[in-house]
Amino acid sequence: MAQPFPFSAIVGQEDMKLAFMIAAVDPSVGGVLAFGDRGTGKSTAVRALAALLPEIDVVAGCPYNCAPVATAGLCGPCKGKTPLEVAQRSAPVVDLPLGATEDRVVGALNLERALAHGEKTFEPGLLAQANRGFLYIDEANLLEDHLVDLLLDVAASGVNVVEREGLSVRHPARFVLIGSGNPEEGELRPQMLDRFGLAIDVKTPQDVPSRVEVVRRRDAFERDPEAFHRKWEGEESQLRAKIVKARERIGAIAAPDATIERATRLCLALGTDGLRGELTLLRAGRALAALEGADEVGDAELRRVAAMALSHRLRRNPLDDSGSAARVERAIHEVFGA
Amino acid sequence: MSANEAIATPWRRASLAAAIFALDPLGSGLLVRAGPGPARDALLAALAEALAPGKLTRLPAQIADDRLIGGLDVAATLRTGRPIAELGALSAADGGVVAVAMAERMSASVAARLCAALDSGEIALQRDGLSLRLPARIGVVALDEGLEDERTPPALVERLAFWVQLDSVGHRDIEPALFETWDFAQARLRLPGVRTPDGVIEALVGVGAQLGVDSARAPLFALRAARAIAALRGGECVEEDDITLAAALTLAPRATRLPAPEDESSQPEPEQEPEPETDDKPESEEDQTPRELEERVLEAARAAIPLGLLASLQAGIKARRRSSSEGKSGDSTLSSRRGRPLDARPGSLRNGRLSLIATLRAAAPWRRLREREAPAGDTRRIIVKPDDFRIVRYRQRRGATTVFVVDASGSSAMQRLAEAKGAIELLLADCYVRRDEVALVAFRGRGAEILLPPTRSTARARRALAGLPGGGGTPIASGLDAALVVAEQARRKGQTPLIVLMTDGRANIGRDGAPGRPQALRDALDAGRRIRIANVTAMAIDTAPAASRGAAPTREIAQAMSARYVKLPVADAALVNAAVRGALPS
Repeated sequence: MAQPFPFSAIVGQEDMKLAFMIAAVDPSVGGVLAFGDRGTGKSTAVRALAALLPEIDVVAGCPYNCAPVATAGLCGPCKGKTPLEVAQRSAPVVDLPLGATEDRVVGALNLERALAHGEKTFEPGLLAQANRGFLYIDEANLLEDHLVDLLLDVAASGVNVVEREGLSVRHPARFVLIGSGNPEEGELRPQMLDRFGLAIDVKTPQDVPSRVEVVRRRDAFERDPEAFHRKWEGEESQLRAKIVKARERIGAIAAPDATIERATRLCLALGTDGLRGELTLLRAGRALAALEGADEVGDAELRRVAAMALSHRLRRNPLDDSGSAARVERAIHEVFGA
Repeated sequence: MSANEAIATPWRRASLAAAIFALDPLGSGLLVRAGPGPARDALLAALAEALAPGKLTRLPAQIADDRLIGGLDVAATLRTGRPIAELGALSAADGGVVAVAMAERMSASVAARLCAALDSGEIALQRDGLSLRLPARIGVVALDEGLEDERTPPALVERLAFWVQLDSVGHRDIEPALFETWDFAQARLRLPGVRTPDGVIEALVGVGAQLGVDSARAPLFALRAARAIAALRGGECVEEDDITLAAALTLAPRATRLPAPEDESSQPEPEQEPEPETDDKPESEEDQTPRELEERVLEAARAAIPLGLLASLQAGIKARRRSSSEGKSGDSTLSSRRGRPLDARPGSLRNGRLSLIATLRAAAPWRRLREREAPAGDTRRIIVKPDDFRIVRYRQRRGATTVFVVDASGSSAMQRLAEAKGAIELLLADCYVRRDEVALVAFRGRGAEILLPPTRSTARARRALAGLPGGGGTPIASGLDAALVVAEQARRKGQTPLIVLMTDGRANIGRDGAPGRPQALRDALDAGRRIRIANVTAMAIDTAPAASRGAAPTREIAQAMSARYVKLPVADAALVNAAVRGALPS
């Protein structure tokens, strides 16, 4: 199978890479939105992430990738099985193409079996495949509204409920939503924007040397993918080890009261609606601390993730032309001092 | 032939681009903007000739997803009683080129599949119980016949290396092919060994930056093109002419601004941030060569930027903005996937969802007959044949709502109100034919009034309009705010809103109802910006008399809304009608 471009070989775009890593460490941050120009490596990074993620243990043959160790949240068939047969597979990264029909996304009656054998069976959809992995929507801003509603609902509850064509199925669907798109072609609905944990603004690097490096690496990759992979193998496995380690450590990372207060004050200063801002800020900070090997979440972590956790939660103000990232920056200065 | 001659005419540019593409097509593409005609046919024939035989497959833009990526062959599956997979067009085309006709009509989902195949060289087939990854290393030729605002999906266009225009090329301009088939066979062998000297990448990236090309894909395509040109010419190493041609073919058509020197005109695109000047960066001493090279390449690329490109580019951005809001609203006609269900009808499962009841009903009368014909041991209670399939159809009602914002103030009313009324009446007749909804907002005195909420009754609209009195101040901001409220409500109901502002632009009442021109204009601009942020399509019709030269406040407001601006020197109802019809999504 074709190998994607290695994640560690992506030039620059530190925010985007960090956001993906954070989501890989702690899926509960709730998805990543990468908005920006075309040709800035958004799709490349997502496809690279798939190869970077460590393999997961699944119940063999389970269409929903159930975890064999879990007791709660198993799908119907897996609950009945004892003992569970364990298999390993790569973490799913599922593409949700624009224009996918609803039955493809949630699953539907298996027509072939229904017609040929007269059996009523459920044909799992993309949400089932994405369980315990990532669901990638390119051009999320152009996705049709009814699909958006459906995704938000499932992403929030972690369960996909299908009631159609005489079927009644519930199955686990916990996934990290990754959206990308070009804001010039349409804005994302505010409800959807808010549900993404982290949002990053991806820009083309404006300095010539890094652009040259982008082209050089990509060219080397295209001419000889295998050699390129050998060259970056070390970096890739280091990064993978970092994610694995961070996943183990994250439970033990403390969030001191002072940090929580800072986070709250920052959100107050920015006037973000609801408490999702604070929670995401803390979770992202904790994941970052885990990645960096720190023991607790401190100011440094909060400052690093503040823009990506908060900039998309600000109220839009047509009179303030400065970008939301600049406003977050300003608020950080107010709360944390220079 | 020198480098400049090789790309002197649109035909030469196009045929060179096609030749380069034919040599190294996988993961790349060619966008041909042209109507069907001899030039396009000649180009495609040359392309087919240059590719190995059988490597060019034609695809319709409206191809169904399962034909594109493959899936379960339902008819065969039913016949045999076990799943039979069917190869999709993309995996069948592995190693070759697909040409998509009428690419401007391509649905976003088809474009997404093509993009994924171009990116990764394979397709993931995960449907109907199948889960496969199949190789699909393809090149894409998109034949775009779009006239005005129909465009090939931008995500796909971005992934195509060469963009050529053949609209102005007649059959007399067609010249014989540059290369023989044999040349391609030779060049194909030579291509992997072509060396790229230092500084080439720097030069291409530098030229891209100066032309305002932000995508990293563009210089990569340029680099590949330069190597292909070198191979075609029989060289073993990329030379300056190769780079020049490559830049002219890949970077120049993507230019979003003209390169800086001796260019006195202002930046064509206000949104574009000025490029940080790279000249003062400390760089190594061997810097001289690449920079000089970059200058020369840039010179050639500039020559290849077609006249009027920037203007068309901006029009393209506007069209794109508009099409995006419509893209979200989805199909507008009979749909086989979404909307209010209609009756079921016979059809293939490729085209829609099965209507189980109707299918069974169709199969039921034949039960006895088929049971008798069925082979022994077939214990199926009911035998369904492909002919019995009934699919559900849905109707999706998605009309447009046109919100007229009419200036009924004293400054406007005296001269133009009657004419504006005439124009709107013409439009109403048009809306009636299209079954669109209209709403009417008037502003005068201290505020705005929604005279008519969205309605399909054009008679009511006409009555409300006829009774509209004139006179008083000009509170444009209030008028626009009210219009936006109406537009957003319409959108929530699934309509596509369009705001048409008719004013002389002389705002003199602010949002708070207080008089004062500067504040009033500021408020009006702010209201306009809100409309732009809400992504509502708008247009502004300036009814100020032609005599009032100089400041054109309506134009400013139009810019704030990113609206189309129409100045009516002589207000002519038919002209207004034509202008609005141009802005309406058809």
